[in-house]
Amino acid sequence: MNTMKYLLTALLLSLSATPVLACETVQLSSLEISEAWSRASIGMARPSAFYVTIRNTGVKDDALAGIATPVSGKPMLHETVVKDGVASMPHATAIPVPADSTVQLEPGGYHGMLMGLTQVLKEGETFPLTLTFREAGDVTVPVAIRGMGAKDAGCVDKKD
Amino acid sequence: MRLKVLQKMLWAAVALAIPAYGALHLLDERAETPVAEVSFRPTFSLLDAEGRVRMPSDFAGKHLLVFFGFTNCPDVCPTTLAEVAQVMEGLGDDAGKVQPLFISIDPTRDRSLELAEYTAAFHPSILGLAGDEAQTRAAARSFRIFYEREDSSGAPDGYTMAHSAALYLIGPDGNWLRQFSYGTPASEILNDLRQRL
Repeated sequence: MNTMKYLLTALLLSLSATPVLACETVQLSSLEISEAWSRASIGMARPSAFYVTIRNTGVKDDALAGIATPVSGKPMLHETVVKDGVASMPHATAIPVPADSTVQLEPGGYHGMLMGLTQVLKEGETFPLTLTFREAGDVTVPVAIRGMGAKDAGCVDKKD
Repeated sequence: MRLKVLQKMLWAAVALAIPAYGALHLLDERAETPVAEVSFRPTFSLLDAEGRVRMPSDFAGKHLLVFFGFTNCPDVCPTTLAEVAQVMEGLGDDAGKVQPLFISIDPTRDRSLELAEYTAAFHPSILGLAGDEAQTRAAARSFRIFYEREDSSGAPDGYTMAHSAALYLIGPDGNWLRQFSYGTPASEILNDLRQRL
């Protein structure tokens, strides 16, 4: 009976908790997802980008296979490749997240491309985005919308 | 007999004159070429957002910081323009001596996408230019940069652009000075510029 009460309280607490902030880490089995951010958009005609840090503390390799968000009709994973000074942006079918390692989707590397925006992305707001991993499954994280000139999530405790 | 001597002397003079003339001519040419080889002078004639034709002479006396890109580019272009914005902020009072230019290599699409609003979102000093296809080709050739349309089902309108991602620095006399490869931190560009201004 006591256990029941405890579980019920925990459930109620988790439901009433304030939404997770973008700088906080979201856990999905052995994956820690943090620093999810995007850039503000001018209108909805141009694609925006999505960046995030994924830490795999487990012993099993995983891979980010896809992203989905209500703000984009066509979100895709891409990788910026600069070869002989020429930048191109091939589509990435999946981004490897090996065991015991940290993978960053960051400017100039892997990133999510949010095409077909369904709303203007306003600086200071957040939107939800679901990451699909091959092994760990789905997790939805809040994405911070930063200014167009932003270069990172702007988290105070950002470790490099 | 006398004529023969004179003939010999004349022939000798001709024999001397030909290489001498040739040598002078060679020296003349050498004096001209090296300057043109060392620094090249990129040029362009492109429209700004208000439809005015802009050329390098419009910015004479200023350093130009030139980036070629396209506004549908979600990663490389915003990242570089953010660096440029940081450089312009860092220059303080000297900012007026530097004109940043964003030259569209996807001009037809960018002209319909409010280029000025896009560049201003990074820094008000950045001037966006988008000519027609021929003018854009000519500007790229002159800057010796590469760009190419790539069909991609995973991109807006079914295509994306591959392009040289460096930032080009042009001197106040219009001559190319150097380029900063993609990813050069704003602080490094700023230090370089401070030494020149």
